[in-house]
Amino acid sequence: MPEEATTSGEEDVLRAPLVLEYPFKRTTGPVIGAFLTALREGRFIGIEDDQGKVLCPPVEYDPASGASLTKLVPVGSEGEVLFWSWNQSVRDGQPLDHPFAWAMVKLDGADTPMMHAVDAPHEVMVTGLRVRAKFAEERIGSMDDLLCFEPVS
Amino acid sequence: MRDVAIIATAQTKHVRSATTVNEVELIQPVIQEVIERSGVARHDFDFTCSGSSDYLAGQPFSFVMTLDAVGAWPPISESHVEMDGAWALYEAWVKIQTGHADTALVYSYGKSSPGDLPRVLSRMTDPYYEAPLWPTSVDIAALQARAAIQAGVTSEQAMADIAYRSRTSAAANPFAQLTTSAQPLALMDEEYLADPLRRHDCAPVTDGGVAIVLAAGDKARSLCSRPAWIRGIDHRADGHHLNFRDLTTSPSVRIAAEKAGVANGPIEIAELHTCFTHHEPILRSALGLADDVEVNPSGGPLAANPMMAAGLIRMVEVANRIHSGDVSRGVAHATGGHALQHNLIAVLEGEG
Repeated sequence: MPEEATTSGEEDVLRAPLVLEYPFKRTTGPVIGAFLTALREGRFIGIEDDQGKVLCPPVEYDPASGASLTKLVPVGSEGEVLFWSWNQSVRDGQPLDHPFAWAMVKLDGADTPMMHAVDAPHEVMVTGLRVRAKFAEERIGSMDDLLCFEPVS
Repeated sequence: MRDVAIIATAQTKHVRSATTVNEVELIQPVIQEVIERSGVARHDFDFTCSGSSDYLAGQPFSFVMTLDAVGAWPPISESHVEMDGAWALYEAWVKIQTGHADTALVYSYGKSSPGDLPRVLSRMTDPYYEAPLWPTSVDIAALQARAAIQAGVTSEQAMADIAYRSRTSAAANPFAQLTTSAQPLALMDEEYLADPLRRHDCAPVTDGGVAIVLAAGDKARSLCSRPAWIRGIDHRADGHHLNFRDLTTSPSVRIAAEKAGVANGPIEIAELHTCFTHHEPILRSALGLADDVEVNPSGGPLAANPMMAAGLIRMVEVANRIHSGDVSRGVAHATGGHALQHNLIAVLEGEG
């Protein structure tokens, strides 16, 4: 006698792992590619929007007007935390393997912030905190080249 | 414009984990129920549209199997959006406006329980700068909450008050998942989940589904004693990159509310797709709601949050109160993306 399929109880439920991936390759183009190349060199670049404000990380099109943007400019490796939250339960793939702060960091010379991790104790985190980029020792031209930000001591 | 109304609704009893049913088994009774309530024969729908997500189901084209719950033979005119069901309703509304349909069946569903939902939602971010960091929906919401608190838009105390009000309101909602809450002062004593968010600030993980029937003009009047007319509907999106947005306001809601005509009459109730407590003050402000407007009398997503359905359920909750004659005019809001990126606003009215 074949066993009869049933949905009567939790113990009978078939389970399978849910593998989460985004299996697409993308080209980075002249603007994002330039930013990632700069990261490989351990520095940041931004791009001027059509009002002359510096967007960092840079994008190819003005977020407000949609105008094509081309003027890349250097941006500092230190900046200020505009706002932050605390990440107590770190998940796979996140920048650090211990609790850290997510922050919007406005780098010196930029007019917009970038989202990244700040490696600092919870009690140190405060809006206005000065932070500095910490780069990976071996860099390949990807977002992983920027490990996190750390407080400027 | 053609007059289009919601004439029937149905939804599941929302639960943390519907482990023992698959998506077809989850939604089929709801579809059956809404068809019976509508009075439209199963094979007489001019159009069928659904909303769901392959990222929740864990397989491509997962919506196709759910068509078994509708019955797609003989062939039907059918479509799907990889979005909340509120956008499936929007597509059906457009189909009716263009004269290609007089009736439509719309449904949506999600089983979030099998995976790690906040991590799944990290895949909605920009693929170059944000997605490589794997920020979860809760991480991003916590950043937005901090920005809103710093800007004076809300406070941790006000957020606890919203959590308490939402979950105690849900006690009267037979479909809700969370229907009790500690007092706001006690909520404030709890540990942070993601400072400045505590667990009560976050909508629960929920499995569930919803279905509605739309009908145009006299067809709606003949099938429903008090149709919930869609007087205005519009959706707008803010930019994808979180860092270029002012997360403390919602320009897209403000524009959609204006296009949908929210301010063209008094609003009695608002059902808002608030996945986090701090969304409510941001939305209230962008919608221009008066202080006495009742928000989420059903408990809202803070009491039951089936992904892909929670937005369409907002329209159902307003429509139900119009069908019953309790209210004459209300606004429903649905959202998609992180931190209220993409927003749909609908104004529903009863006649007489």
